[in-house]
Amino acid sequence: MNPVLQVNNLQVSYYTDAGRARALDGVDLTLNAGEKLGLVGESGSGKSTMALAMMRMIKPPGRIEGGQVIVDGTDLITISDADMLKARLSKIAYIPQGAMNSLNPVIRIGAQMMDAIKAHQDQSTSDWISSAEMEKRCKQALEAVDLRSNVFKMYAHELSGGMKQRVCIAISILLRPKVIIADEPTSALDVVTQRQVMETIDRVQDQIGAAVILIGHDMGLMAQFVDKVAVMYAGRLMELSNVRDMFTDPKHPYAQALIRSLPNLENKGVFNGIPGMAPALLQLPGGCAFHPRCLHAMEICTIQRPQPTPLPGGRIVECYLYSEKV
Amino acid sequence: MTTAALTQPEIIQPSRLTLILRYLRRNKGLTVGLFILLLLVIFTVYGLATVDLTNAYPISVKGKQPPSWEFPLGTDFFGRDLYVAMVVGLKQTAIIGLLAGALGTFFGVVLGFISAYFGGWLDTIIKGICQILTPIPALLIQVIIAGSLDKRDVTIYTMAFVVVLLAWMGPTLVIRAQVLTMKERQFVSVAKLSGMGDLGIIFSEILPNLLPFIAAAFVNQVFYSVFASFYLAVLGLGPLREPLLGNTIWAAQAQSAFFNNWWWWPLAPAVALVLILGSLALINMGMDELANPRIRRAE
Amino acid sequence: MSDLLEFRNVTKTYSRGLLSRVSTTALSDISLKLETEQPTILTVAGESGSGKTTLAMLLLGFITPTSGEILYKGKDIQTLRGEERMLFRREVQAVFQDPFAVFNPFYTVDHLLSVPLDRFKLATSKSEARAIMMEALTAVGLRPGDVLGRFPHQLSGGQRQRINVARALLLRPKLLVADEPVSMVDASLRANILETLRGLQRNHGVSIIYITHDLTTAYHIAKSIIVLYRGSVMEAGEVDAVIKTPQHPYTRLLVDSIPWPDINRRWGETEIKAKEMELSDHALGCKFSSRCPFVMDKCKEIPPLFRLTQHQAASCYLFEQNPSIAPEKLSDLLPV
Repeated sequence: MNPVLQVNNLQVSYYTDAGRARALDGVDLTLNAGEKLGLVGESGSGKSTMALAMMRMIKPPGRIEGGQVIVDGTDLITISDADMLKARLSKIAYIPQGAMNSLNPVIRIGAQMMDAIKAHQDQSTSDWISSAEMEKRCKQALEAVDLRSNVFKMYAHELSGGMKQRVCIAISILLRPKVIIADEPTSALDVVTQRQVMETIDRVQDQIGAAVILIGHDMGLMAQFVDKVAVMYAGRLMELSNVRDMFTDPKHPYAQALIRSLPNLENKGVFNGIPGMAPALLQLPGGCAFHPRCLHAMEICTIQRPQPTPLPGGRIVECYLYSEKV
Repeated sequence: MTTAALTQPEIIQPSRLTLILRYLRRNKGLTVGLFILLLLVIFTVYGLATVDLTNAYPISVKGKQPPSWEFPLGTDFFGRDLYVAMVVGLKQTAIIGLLAGALGTFFGVVLGFISAYFGGWLDTIIKGICQILTPIPALLIQVIIAGSLDKRDVTIYTMAFVVVLLAWMGPTLVIRAQVLTMKERQFVSVAKLSGMGDLGIIFSEILPNLLPFIAAAFVNQVFYSVFASFYLAVLGLGPLREPLLGNTIWAAQAQSAFFNNWWWWPLAPAVALVLILGSLALINMGMDELANPRIRRAE
Repeated sequence: MSDLLEFRNVTKTYSRGLLSRVSTTALSDISLKLETEQPTILTVAGESGSGKTTLAMLLLGFITPTSGEILYKGKDIQTLRGEERMLFRREVQAVFQDPFAVFNPFYTVDHLLSVPLDRFKLATSKSEARAIMMEALTAVGLRPGDVLGRFPHQLSGGQRQRINVARALLLRPKLLVADEPVSMVDASLRANILETLRGLQRNHGVSIIYITHDLTTAYHIAKSIIVLYRGSVMEAGEVDAVIKTPQHPYTRLLVDSIPWPDINRRWGETEIKAKEMELSDHALGCKFSSRCPFVMDKCKEIPPLFRLTQHQAASCYLFEQNPSIAPEKLSDLLPV
């Protein structure tokens, strides 16, 4: 099966007054159509930078310094700006965090959706569709996310938070992209609305056969929603496993500590935090970025960064505990 | 558990000076403005220290002389050495600008704070007065006031006062707006929880955060005051004996300087004024960016 | 011995508009008692719009109730003056949600800790103050040398929030209002902060009101819980009972929608009935009726609290065969 998204050795740095911060330090990912990947990490892990890099929306002082992001055969890093504009929304779409702020408050919802389609119209080719047809598509998208089609005529302030987020989902599926990136889509929403929104994303993804990357720090949400989980730390991908394995048998020490620290119904009153702090991206420790906090740190961990090691079941871990070198 | 994890490696931040210099390089307007202003200041200070200041007043030297080695900027109809007149004029402009600027800013801060922090009817009154007075054309009122003053009463200090009279509303409203947002900030709530009273909150919590705005308002006021004093003087409403830049232009125009081929007479003050207002305008715009971090450009 | 803090039939409404006043009820007839003898951790749970933040603001004395009274040691908060007011301020403290917003960006983080020490006269000299600050910082797991003298933007969110908790620690309040203290903090750090808060209750006799929308953390730290929806109490009682066996339809919906990080515990089958309700909902009677799958005609009248067990009650007509209790008796339900 041909992967619909392939990220190879992606590198992004931010150049600040205090030096160069390596936000993404060589990340590899593969995603097939219809798959749901959860990208988990704490602040500073690089997960939001991943989303922006894949959409090529990194602004100075940030810079994409290397790597490939291949969606449906095209490397988004190398194409021209004009082509990238076309690719956004039609090949790869983005559902932002805080939808409250990404909808234009003075334009009706319908007009914003039509704008999105119009921007991708090419009047010279036969792909051009009429206004009536565009409107029909928009209303279909609204129905797909469980909103009444009269939302088309409303303004953003007339909708609740959950509804606004679902409008953003509708916009993201208008052009049937191959990959949808949802960046903490439910962080500002309450639990019930969160469930509604996630179920909506699930449903529309099934309908159009897209792959979804869910970015967040809520492991609980990952457990309920995704097929595979990728754990990031300090700009590096520490472990990639399918969701069941990640929660029942995590391999990387960081992933293990993370799973252990999660509150659930059985471990009431037991708190297992991870001591120490994530490293500043301006000064990463040598070798493996996690070694200062790792229970199993060995000497080689302080010297050389481990290579991604494949494990059975399609899993990948970046840790010397599992590599043959040890 | 590894305890080494608890220390954070020291990130070397570049020195304050480096950061300031880098900022100046990005904000070219501010840099150029400051540079020109610096030149003007040096010119004035040097002049004040070296020349005989009485030559700035009429009937001091031979009149109507074009620029020469003895009189670098020439002399005017009344027998003033224009070079000395420039020096004294610049000093007086600075006095008016700083005085009116400081007064206007001071009133703005005090009234803005009272209005925003205590609210209620005080706020309604102060805000109301500001909103009523703002659309009134200041020029008109200033001309009326200045024009009705006895000629002998007009000094640079009364000019400053006339200018401030209709200029304090701007800073008041700006500071008021800032205090209104600041007082809702959570660190103010925490200060209250920590036992701080109203006065403490105003002076220790809110005021320090407003310093960039106050500085920007001050520069704005200075700019406006210099400009206002200029046009009042050009209209002949200034203290006519003093060698204010505007006065010089007014006198030159009154004596038909260009027709009489005394071209150097209005030229000097005009150039000086362009430089002053230009530098102040650049600094003003530059300060705008400083006070509003959102428009600060990234490297 | 009067209670530390008491809410008596407190209602808070906000009204807008000049000509036709539109009013929103933030809190509706809430009565609560918090005593000094046994410190406890009570969770007030609800979504946005439930009134939980309003409750926090009322507790701290930042806003005044529209009707009803809030009493501190028997006296109305609004009438406190001078020393009594200072004492109230000292004994009732808060930890807020946003780790950055509580710091004044002009000062170093020391300011947050030194100001209350100074205002409440908790230290007799600068060196004593510094010693107290260092002790508190160490107690929350920070190295004083790493954070003192730094500006807030130089520290991470986790460090900042820990400093906030350190502030609460050094003030040794009687009541701590924690408004979503860990929701803006990374998952791995939450455990640490929650543990510190629980330590405050166990070892230093601080009662904590933990306000949140996240039932997972509430379950872990609290003893009793009140579930709010649009300003009214839906269910209340012992936290184990309410979360493991929720009774009220709203609580059941909430608990069912919790994304537990457990692969075997999937999102429930409780259907989310309502397509969104309008933003200005003036339903008479039970506030949840427009979204309730079990709504009946009689829900047009506000249901009283029906007591289900010694430590659980729900405000729903589904349980009307149980005895009802007056709103003032709410605190009796909550175990300590």
